[in-house]
Amino acid sequence: MGKNGEAPRRVLALGATSAIAEATLRLLAEQHASFFLVGRNPQKVAAVRDDLLTRGASAAVMHAADLYDAAAHPAMLAQAVAALGGIDLALVAHGVLGDQAAAEKDYAVAEAILRTNFLSAVSLVTWLANYFEAEHRGTIAVISSVAGDRGRKSNYIYGASKGGLNVFLDGVRNRIDRAGVQVLTIKPGFVATPMTAHLKKNALFAEPAQVARHVLRAIERRKDVAYVPPFWGLIMLVVRSIPRRIFKKMNM
Amino acid sequence: MGKPDTKQEQTPRIESQSESSFESWGRYPKFHADVVPLHWATDFPLPHPPAAKQLPVGLGRSYGDVCLLENGTLLQTSGLDRLLHFDAATGMLRCEAGASLQQILDFAVPRGFFLPVTPGTKYVTVGGAIANDIHGKNHHVAGTFGRHVLRFELVRSDGTRLICSPIENPAWFAATIGGMGLTGLMTWAEIHLRPIVSRKIDYRGEKFHGIDEFFALSDAAASEYTVAWIDCVSTGRNFARGIFMQGDHSETPGPLTRSKEPKLTFPFDLPEFALNRFSMAAFNALYFHKQVGRRKVGPVDYEPFFYPLDAVLHWNRMYGKHGLLQFQNVLPRENGREGMLEILKAITKSGLASFLAVIKFFGDIPSVGMMSFPSPGVMLALDFPIRREVSFDLVDRLARITQEYGGRMYSAKDARMTAEQYQAFYPQWQEFSRYVDPGFDSAFWQRVTGRRQIDG
Repeated sequence: MGKNGEAPRRVLALGATSAIAEATLRLLAEQHASFFLVGRNPQKVAAVRDDLLTRGASAAVMHAADLYDAAAHPAMLAQAVAALGGIDLALVAHGVLGDQAAAEKDYAVAEAILRTNFLSAVSLVTWLANYFEAEHRGTIAVISSVAGDRGRKSNYIYGASKGGLNVFLDGVRNRIDRAGVQVLTIKPGFVATPMTAHLKKNALFAEPAQVARHVLRAIERRKDVAYVPPFWGLIMLVVRSIPRRIFKKMNM
Repeated sequence: MGKPDTKQEQTPRIESQSESSFESWGRYPKFHADVVPLHWATDFPLPHPPAAKQLPVGLGRSYGDVCLLENGTLLQTSGLDRLLHFDAATGMLRCEAGASLQQILDFAVPRGFFLPVTPGTKYVTVGGAIANDIHGKNHHVAGTFGRHVLRFELVRSDGTRLICSPIENPAWFAATIGGMGLTGLMTWAEIHLRPIVSRKIDYRGEKFHGIDEFFALSDAAASEYTVAWIDCVSTGRNFARGIFMQGDHSETPGPLTRSKEPKLTFPFDLPEFALNRFSMAAFNALYFHKQVGRRKVGPVDYEPFFYPLDAVLHWNRMYGKHGLLQFQNVLPRENGREGMLEILKAITKSGLASFLAVIKFFGDIPSVGMMSFPSPGVMLALDFPIRREVSFDLVDRLARITQEYGGRMYSAKDARMTAEQYQAFYPQWQEFSRYVDPGFDSAFWQRVTGRRQIDG
């Protein structure tokens, strides 16, 4: 791809079993894309693969791997390029919410969250940025979170992992956008997924299918940052603009 | 502490579930339960099985308490919505059990296929369609949904996984079709879709006055789909008037586009006084006269033909916060005329009927399920708003008339049958109970096996 409005044909999905990724891949499958699907649990990746093939995917290759292991990234990514014959879209969608309370008490817990959400994504995007820069085309779309916009006491370890990711992606974009590569930071708000199954649902929760439509639109319009659904842009504008002396006393 | 699970690997944790507000479509009765959403076929059995009993649920479109379990754990299956395989040569679709009929239509119609049997809403899951062995307007030629099920996987709470078909584990196949979710969790199923060449239905609507004209029209009908709307409010000259509707899939090739998402949602609970004898009489008169001539013929889209109420999401709010009772029964043909007349008289006299009454002849194609509702004869279905002092008495009277005339009532629509009535309608219930998963139960099953008192 590379031109405005054209759907990606060859898709690499990292964390293919995440609910937002799966919903997005379904829409691409209906347009007959081909896929290289990476996830940890082979049974779950196989279920996603079967679904995408049934819905119209031209091809789907599955690759069971734990993305926590950065050393294995370059070989896996090279294999994806070979299998698909090139990549148009790389969707980085793996991540954990983590246990904030445990992470406050134990650095090892915090480190594991940062490693999964931030460092492994840095490793993957570093390789992908160089690949796409040489191709002068393509899209790197990364699922971050609104939680990365401002640290809050209820989930600042997760927030820091996503905030660090946002800054990293800003830098990568500044470097390779001029080479014709789209670097898209996706910032979902609350989405009804297995990750949030324990939270009480309210009107702010969106369904993965709805989020997926916004993700695809942001890819097609070659946006840099997309709040999904878009009303989260407004909410986070308010959250970011609260003066620090007030914010620090709030319960958020 | 090792590395954390990645998000896609998280399994639902029982201790962290939110309070349930899971309601059945009738919104009566109401029970508290924990709701555990399932996303993968491997999520069940749960990693930390609950002490309380469990029950799989789908989209909550059954009316009474077959999808409820007080203080139990409801296994919400709508996240199991993957389409696993489709063979366009045979129409065989394998999908996870939480896939809805809407999702299947969105997939199948553009490919020139349609559901083999469909109920009056597309917002039900495949698992729910099998567990209640649902029927549609083509029952007289196609039988129930279960007849078009080729195979499924059943997972018991002890982790046993059974592939069930008419050949493999046939007893489990028969017990699970119409088994109300009590025999275990269905993870996937294979169903046989039928080809179509257009979204259009060739429709014919004919007005009738009285039950005899309805019987005559049913006997003369040659279409795949037949159903009649019947006025259960009017008395005297207009008693049992209605519109006999029939249709066939159009054989003229036409557009096979995907349906649009509905835009309307019924926004709030209507106050109780809004549905009364006068507003219902006005509605029924309006509906009857909407069709101007005695006969109306022409092509219509399948959406309004099969799913007129799906255009308004949450239409059950129209009945107010107390909800509604549905009554659905079938009487054998030989007693059908007298029995239905007695039932219709009791209903019109009560003045409680609303506008959603349908009457149809079931065919004699046997159901596959051990506990399936349909049997040859005449079927009536309608809703009542809940007015404690009168609606419960009326439904009880209708149940007694049904029993007297050798008929039976539909579990998926019922909230009030007594254990005695149920056991008379379904004498095979004890045999069925041998297949009930020891870890599973439902509010319905507790009621009809005499383990739960009916209130009011």
